[in-house]
This record gives sequence, structure tokens and C-alpha cells, in this order.
Amino acid sequence: MNSPVPVLSLAGVHKHFGGIQALRGVDLDLYGGKVVALVGENGAGKSTAVKIMTGVYRPDAGQVQVAGTPVELRSTQDAWRYGIAAVYQETVMFDELSVAENIFMGHLVTRRNKLLDFPTMKRQARGILASLEADLGVDTLLGALSVAQKQLVAIARALSHDARVLIMDEATAALSSREVEDLYRIIRRLTSTGTAILFISHKLDEIFAIADRYTVFRDGSSVGHGAMADVDEDRLVQLMVGRTITEIFPKTTVKLGEPLLEVRDLGNGTEFADISFSLHRGEVLGFYGLVGAGRTELMETIFGLERATHGTATMGGQAWGSSPREAIERGLVLVPEDRQRNGTILELSIRENVTLPSLSRLARGSWVDTAAEAALARQIVDRLSIKCQSLEQAVSELSGGNQQKAVLGKWLAMQPKIIILDEPTKGIDIGSKAAVHAFIGELVAEGVSVLLVSSELPEVMGISDRIVVMHKGRLVRVFERADFDAGAIVRAAVGAGLSSSESVYAELASAT
Amino acid sequence: MSVETVGAEGIVAGHPQGRARWATLKRWESVLAVILLAICAVNAFASPYFLDANNLFDSTQSFSEKGLMALSMALVIIGRDIDLSVASIVVLCSTAIGWLATQGVGTPGLLGASVLCGTLMGMCNGAIVTRLEVPAIVATIGTVSLFRGLSYIALGDGAYTQFPDDFSVLGQGYLFELIPYEFLVLLVLAAGFTAVLHRTSIGRNLYAYGHNPEAARYSGINVAGHRFWFFSLNGAMSGLAAAFLTSRVGATRPNMALGWDLEVIAIVVLGGVSIAGGSGRMTGVILAIFVMGMLTFGLGLRNVPGISMSIVIGLLLITAVALPIVAGKLARRRARGRLISEREHSA
Amino acid sequence: MQSLLRRRETALALIVAVLLGAIAVRAPVFLAASNLDGLLNDGAILAIMALAQMLALLTRGIDLSIAANMALTGMLAALLSKAHPDLWVGLTIALSLVLGLVLGAFNAALIAWLTVPPIVVTLGTMSIYRGLTFLVSGGAWVNAHELGERFVAFPNQRLAGLTHNVWLALLVIAVLVLFLHHLRKGRELNALGGNPAAARYVGIDAARVQLLVYLTTGALAGLSGYLWVARYAVAYTETALGFEMQSIAACVIGGVSIAGGRGTVLGCLLGTAFLVIIFNALPIIDVSPFWQMAIAGAAILGAVIVNSQTESRPRGKLILQSAVTPAASRAP
Repeated sequence: MNSPVPVLSLAGVHKHFGGIQALRGVDLDLYGGKVVALVGENGAGKSTAVKIMTGVYRPDAGQVQVAGTPVELRSTQDAWRYGIAAVYQETVMFDELSVAENIFMGHLVTRRNKLLDFPTMKRQARGILASLEADLGVDTLLGALSVAQKQLVAIARALSHDARVLIMDEATAALSSREVEDLYRIIRRLTSTGTAILFISHKLDEIFAIADRYTVFRDGSSVGHGAMADVDEDRLVQLMVGRTITEIFPKTTVKLGEPLLEVRDLGNGTEFADISFSLHRGEVLGFYGLVGAGRTELMETIFGLERATHGTATMGGQAWGSSPREAIERGLVLVPEDRQRNGTILELSIRENVTLPSLSRLARGSWVDTAAEAALARQIVDRLSIKCQSLEQAVSELSGGNQQKAVLGKWLAMQPKIIILDEPTKGIDIGSKAAVHAFIGELVAEGVSVLLVSSELPEVMGISDRIVVMHKGRLVRVFERADFDAGAIVRAAVGAGLSSSESVYAELASAT
Repeated sequence: MSVETVGAEGIVAGHPQGRARWATLKRWESVLAVILLAICAVNAFASPYFLDANNLFDSTQSFSEKGLMALSMALVIIGRDIDLSVASIVVLCSTAIGWLATQGVGTPGLLGASVLCGTLMGMCNGAIVTRLEVPAIVATIGTVSLFRGLSYIALGDGAYTQFPDDFSVLGQGYLFELIPYEFLVLLVLAAGFTAVLHRTSIGRNLYAYGHNPEAARYSGINVAGHRFWFFSLNGAMSGLAAAFLTSRVGATRPNMALGWDLEVIAIVVLGGVSIAGGSGRMTGVILAIFVMGMLTFGLGLRNVPGISMSIVIGLLLITAVALPIVAGKLARRRARGRLISEREHSA
Repeated sequence: MQSLLRRRETALALIVAVLLGAIAVRAPVFLAASNLDGLLNDGAILAIMALAQMLALLTRGIDLSIAANMALTGMLAALLSKAHPDLWVGLTIALSLVLGLVLGAFNAALIAWLTVPPIVVTLGTMSIYRGLTFLVSGGAWVNAHELGERFVAFPNQRLAGLTHNVWLALLVIAVLVLFLHHLRKGRELNALGGNPAAARYVGIDAARVQLLVYLTTGALAGLSGYLWVARYAVAYTETALGFEMQSIAACVIGGVSIAGGRGTVLGCLLGTAFLVIIFNALPIIDVSPFWQMAIAGAAILGAVIVNSQTESRPRGKLILQSAVTPAASRAP
């Protein structure tokens, strides 16, 4: 190590929420000019550690040290004073305010007479943005920017505190691979000026691409750290889950049946166009593409949440209107990407959640048969082995994995013919991923067909029978299982004419 | 890490909704029942006229109409909406049947017309809210003036007072010369609304989208459709209330039912329905209707002017909502204290 | 940034101008200096209350109690004047402000510290303050002849051609523009309403901002209560009944979003102007004043529908490179 004293460390930090022990004595060191990757499964305590370093939470026990000296961070402002700033996964910013105001919100610059000093703020904002090579007007309303541009503003905001320590908590989650490349460049520039970076990501390829050192959290404890050069993916995964993953993608081979769903020339005018494919009974049809290729929008249209402007989607020759109700009645269901927001109703009980779409079957007229309802709920909970105290427990009290099972269970109760899974393993830990993949195998074995939207190439290649690749709202190519080739799929996804070797390389890295 | 996320609404709108609140709701109904009994007891002590069956049943007339409106308003509020225009709907319905009466329409026709007219106005609210995607509170701030304003245009400072002779039966008629028809209708509909909310898929869908409209939509619930029909129902109930009120006072004036909109909402909130949507039970609302009614009656018996009632209502309303929040805060603080002392013991 | 906001306000300004023009064609007397002066005088109180309401709306809140606060403060001021007709007006104003502030403090404490939803708190205090107005007056009116001479005269006295009423409104406008656009707390207030979760991350104390907002709406309601009673020379239980709705209407017409975070002083004032012009023009162009309420309602509905239609357009979600026409896309 060229800087012997870490600029920021956590030493033996404990933190609990209610009865949950989020951190049980973690250690973490950040060094000037180095990128430290923090990895761990969901719930390992990464976000809690971040919030302790940024003064949002205070530790129950243990110390936060800045350059070896214990400090007490009572608020975000305190953390800023020590040059610690964070870029969060969700862009926590203000759409109705200008870029400059967003950068300085919380520490707006005032003149001696207490009035805001807009010229200074704009000048400084311009300077920071220029150093990030971000071509953004400082007067632009934030709401008018793209996700990637907002991320740049968030970084600019962190830098406006003269950050010596920059924490990036899943900052790449919403970025395309090209935008991730830009982010790497910014990170390298920052480290070259001596900034310490804490980089948190679920994507191992990103960590190997950018980090100098790593620290692994498991169940609220730090279980390993060292230089990236001394570790490989298998070792990191082993540290994270406490065991080695032998078989991640068990592909259940199922004989394909007749076509179930026919999509012809489907388009909605702005987000996707000319999409045609058919889905067979028992098939897993993967949809691969960059984030923002229009896959989610396509699926929501097929499900009836949005209206198509042209083209058709039919099952057994029959189309359905733009209503999820009709799609569900025909046996087509969708498990959304944002499960907390769109998948469950956290405040309601497990019973009420899992039977929600099935109510019309359980009711005479509108009158709900409560005995049949309870029986169905019990059946689902047993089949998916959802861990709960009772059927009447609120879903919000369940763990993330069990919440996820509740979402799936809700749709299984409908005995669907087709399930659309939108990024089913995004943001979940490796252990749960394997469970989801096994579950998909079970479904197809029962003759259910799956439309699988995923941005993880190994996953798509591992469990799909065919892969549809989309680019900028259009279907580029369909790969048969025999022709699966990581390079070809990625090239199709980034656009045939495009030969940005760097981003192809980044995608390839995740494929191998 | 769901334990540590702070919802956007949690800060400014500031309702510690969810579990803590949910658990206290059932308790809130017992609190209301106790309050109701206490009010009755105080009334009985204070006035010898209170425990007279005739007086008691007569007193129900002062709250039956608002009670009817509170039943449907509860559904609207559980669905995350609000309808500020109900009192204006009452006025416009009353104006409509006042005019129809001058045209010689009979009592059944007037009753039907009032409900129909209310339904149409409710549909108007529902369409603005669901079709044009205007937030309910803003949309109904507009219709509150529009509906009453139309009544002013029709009537100016005049009034309709010509009604068929048998029209007074609605608001002044009694079953067995004891129970007002109005009150009977309230009881029957209260039972009906309770069943719909707690035993049917309609009620379940309502709770689902009241808590999380997005997830409800993904579950195949026609959220916009439900909201539209609950606004329409709210209009219909206001139309029904209008027929009773008009019959009871025997006249239509554009300034009638002034302030009822907020009183009805106050009843609903007092009944334990969260203004943020998703939670609340019909029994609570029904108890709240009676609490308000008996309170008014008791104060009336002791010649306290009606407007003083509004102080009590205001205090009750704030207490009803603040109490569970304060209790929740205290409980959390106690839990935290326990945890810390446990740690100190183990250390 | 402001191009979009500015467009909304220019559109509204144009509508107000067209409205004035149309009325002037029908009745040229409407644009006479004396009439415009009356218009300003009438608009002053509504402008103050609409601006106060805007502060609450900006933080995703609402204050339904301002009209009841005006009635109670106005009544107490009137009773004070009845008892001490020669009291210095400056003291009356100061007392009204303080009294309004105290009534606002009740809202503020419940909203900021107990986190009770603003709509519930102010619905409750609206009821309480109106009831208290009745109690303190015993239901009686305080009439012009019972009020102190200077008490009644002050709002209508002139300074440099404008009434004190208007000067006070201008003062409130100036302070709010300074606060909302040039002071830290003001920008933080905007940020908080726009995204409360994000505001927490940058260390904005929501409770303090809310305290400030509801203390301000209370104090301004107190001031307006005195101005109202003095201007109309009467105080009774129903003073300013329904004025909370008018203040919300002015905001909504002026493009202030009920969902928080969006709204400007200029827009709010234009909304106020729109309402005041309509209310005052009707008798002049020979429309029965009974039309006033329905027209106001229709105007509010029109404004909110236009606002919601421009707000709900999805932005920046164009994935396809070229806009595809259905005809072109059907070709293989």
C-alpha cells in the first residue's frame, strides 16, 4: 500500500434496527487514490455501512476514523465537512430545481448578506461539470435530464464538497454499458488526484474492471479483504455466500409444444416497433439487450398495461384489449422488475396478497369465499415454502426473498400458461438467484412458457431455449440454442453497425 | 435493506402508516365505542329528555344524511381519493328536484331524480379524476364551486318550496310512528356497505389499490374503473341525502348543507380511515357517525349552540389521528430503551 | 430551466390580458383608474392568502384553517377596537400578526412534530377556530359604528397613490420573492416539496421547514383577518367563509402543483388576478353576481385540467431513433 494510513475507516462498527442486527463489528478501510470494492449479498449490511460513513446513521458501537482519528458524524453535513460524499443507487435529487441548485442543495452558497450567491454557484458547478467532461447547462431543470446525466449531476454534487472520499452505492445500476465506461473514466481521473473511492456493485465484472482492493461483507460482518490482483471471481463469490457455487444454471430440457403466443409487428410508436416472435408451450424465450432497449415496455404492452399503436399479440388466434385483466384471464401474467413497488402490497397480509388476482375465481358474484381463499393461500405458502408466522402476517414483515416468493405465488395461484419475468434476479443475491433459476425449470417442466427479460448474459444463455436480442426498440436477431454465442449476442445487442470494442469487451467480460 | 429505507411520503405528509397504524385501528374502534358510551352516559345524566325513545330516534335525523354520505366517502378515501364536492352535489340535486316538483313530478320520481342527478355529478368528478388524471382534491375543489354555483344561477336568492304533499314522508315519516325512515335507510345501507367493503372482491380490490395503486394495476385490477364508480356512488349517496334533507326542511336554497363536505370527511377520518388511503374499517365509520350524532344531540339538549359543536368535532378529529401516532412514537421509544438496557446487561 | 415555467406564466398572463380586454370592450368603465384601484384593493387580501397557501402547497401540505384563522383574529381585533376605539393601529396589526402566529403554531406543532397529515390538522383547526369565533363574540356581529375610526380607515388610507392594503400585499410579495428565490431556507422548501426523501439525504430538516411554513401561514392569516374586518367594517362568525378554497383556487389556477415542489410567486399572483377580475367584472358587464361561483368553479376546473394535461406528458422516453409512423412500420 502506498498510503499506509487509510483516509477513512470503519472499526468494529455495530448497528441494529429494532431487533435486526444489521452490522456486527465490521471493518472497512479506504485509501487515497484507490478504488475499494465493497461486495456482499443483499442484506449483508453494505448500505447501512454507507449510511454510517455519510452521517445518516450513527453506529451503536465502534468507530468511524478519518485519517486514523476517531470522529463523530452526526449528520450528512458533518460527513461533508470531512470530505465524505456519496452517490446513491436511486438518484436522490430534485427534478424541479436546476442542475446548479441540485449540486449545491444542502450547502447552498450565500453572500455575506445571507442572500444566495447564484453566480458563484453556477461558476463552480460549471467547473465541476467540465472536470467530468459533462456537457450540461447549469440552468437546466434536472427533470429534463436522462438517468445517466442525473448520475453525473449526483457525482458533481459529491465533488462539490471537495470530496476526499467518494462512495458510489450501486451507481451503475441504471446505466448502460457505454455509460458505465464513461463512469470508469471519471473514477480513474478522480483517483489520479488522490480521491478515495468506495465502489459498491452487484456486478463482478465491474468490480474487476475498476477496483484496486476489495472488502467482502456477509451477514453484517466483514469476512475478507485484499488486493483485486490476488483474487478471482470464484473466490469472491465464495466469500460472499460462504460456499462455492457449483451449478448456477441448471437448464431443464423440455420438449417444446405448439405455439402459444404469437406477436406480429407490435409497436407503440415511441419505444419499440416491428416486433414479431412466437412462444411455444414449455419454452423459455430470453430477451436480451442493453438497459433501455425497450424490452420492459414491450412486455408491459403484451400484458395490456400499455396500448400498442400497431401490430397484434394473440393467444390461440385471439387478441385481447389493453387490459391486464383480460391477459390474466387468458393465462398470461407478468412479474414486474420493481417488485416492492409493483409486485406486492406491503401493508396487506400474505393471504390478501397471494389471492388478489384470483379473487374473481374464489368469489360467487363478488362475494369472497373466505374458506376457499384461506385454503388457496395456505397451498401457495406451502408449495413455495414461504417462511412466515401466519397467513395474516403483513408482507412487509417478510424478508426480501420471501417477499419475492409471495409475488411469484400470487401468479402461480392463477395457474398461468405464460409467465413474463422481467429481470427476475436483478439486485438479489446469488443464493436466491439459483432458487429462481430452479423455479423457472420447474415451471417449464409443468408446461408453462416463460418470457424472460434479463440483462445478465450468463443467465439468459443458461436457461433460454431461444434468445431474442433487441436494440433501440427493434428486434435485431433471434438466436437458437445451438447458435448461442456470447460475442454474437452482445454484438447484436449493442447494434450491428456499432463497433465500440470497449463496451463489447465489457459485456463479454460478464459473459465469461 | 428494507428496514432502513425511508419512504418519500414518510417525511412531509408524515404518516407512520402501515403495521403500527394497522394494529391500532382495531383498537381505535373500541376507543370510539367507549367515547360513544361516555357521551350517552353524560347526556343521560345531564338531561332527563335524553333517554326518551322518541327523542333519541328524532335526534337521528340530524345526522342520518351526513351519515349516508360518510359511508360512501369512506370508500373514496380508502381508495386514496377525496371528494370535497359532496355538499355542493346535495345542493344541486335539491335544486333539480325542487324544479321538477314545480313541474308536477311525484315523490317517487323526485327521489329517483335526486339519486340519478347525484350519480351523474359523481360520474363527472370520477371522469375528471380518472380520465383527465387530475388529483381528486384539486378536481373537487373546482366542482365544489361549480355545482353550488349552478344552483345559485338557478335560484339566486330565491328558493323552491312547492313539493308534493306526500314528499315530506321521506324526511319526516316514521315506521311504527317511532323510527324515522331516514334512519332505517342509514342502518340498512351501513350493513350493506360493511359487507361490500369487508366481504367482497370489490372491497379487497379497494384496499389493494388504496395501499399501492401500481401493484394493483399489475395485478389486473381496473383501478381507474373502481375509482370512477366509487365517485359515482358517492354522488348517488349525496343525491339520496339531498332528497331526505329537502323533504325534511321542505325547501331548497343554494346555501343549504354549507360546510357538510368537511364535516362528512371529519366523520370518516374520526372513524379511523387514513387520509393517505388503504386503511380503515366500516365499523369505525359507523361508530363515528353515532359519536357525532349523539354529541350534537347532547349539546342541543343543553342548549349549546350548534356551532360550538365544531370545536368539539375539530378536537376529536385531531385527537383521533394524533393519538395513534403519539402512541406509536412512545412504543418505539420504549422498545429502543429496552434494547439498549439489554445490551448493557449482556455487555 | 425557466423556459417551461415561464411559458406557463406567459400563457396565464395572456389569458388575464385577454380577459381584461374582452371586459373592457363590453364595459370600458372597467378599465377606469378608480375601478382598477378597487380591483387592486380587493385583490390584496386574496393575494396575501394565496401566497401563504402556496407555501403550504409547495411542501406537499395544505392549510385549510386560514379562513377560520382570519375570522377569529379579525373578530378579536374588532372586539379589541370596540373596547379601545383609539388604540394605535400599528399595535392592532402587531397583535393580529401575533395572534395569527399563535393559531398557526398549533397547526405547525401538530404537523411538524407529531407528523399528523396537514389536511387533517387544518381541517380540525378550521372547525375549532370557527367555533371559537362564535364563542368569543357570542354569535353577535361587531358593526362599523362599534369599530374604532382609525381601525377601519387604515387599510384604505393611501400612500403614494396606493392604499395601505396594497402596500402590505406588496411587502408580503417582496419578502416571499426574496425568501423563496434568494434565501437558503426558501430553496430548501422547494427541494423538500419536490422530493422529500432526497431532501433528507442532503440534511434538510423537514420539521423545521414545516414549522416555518405553518407559522407563516398563520401570521399572514392573522394580518389578513384584521385587513378584512377593517376593509368591510364588520366582524361576524362567517367572516371570510370559504376563503381557504379561494386561496387554493388562486394557486391552482396559477400553476402551483398540489403535489408539491412546483409553483412561483408570479403564477400565484396571476391566478389571484384572474379570480379577482372575474368576481369584479360580472356586475359591470351586467351578469348576475349569482354566476360568480359557477364561473369560478369552471375556471378552476379548466386550469387544473390544462395543468394536468401538460404535466403528465411523458418526457424523454423516445427509444426508437426515428419517430415511426404506423404506415412506415408496417412495411417489412
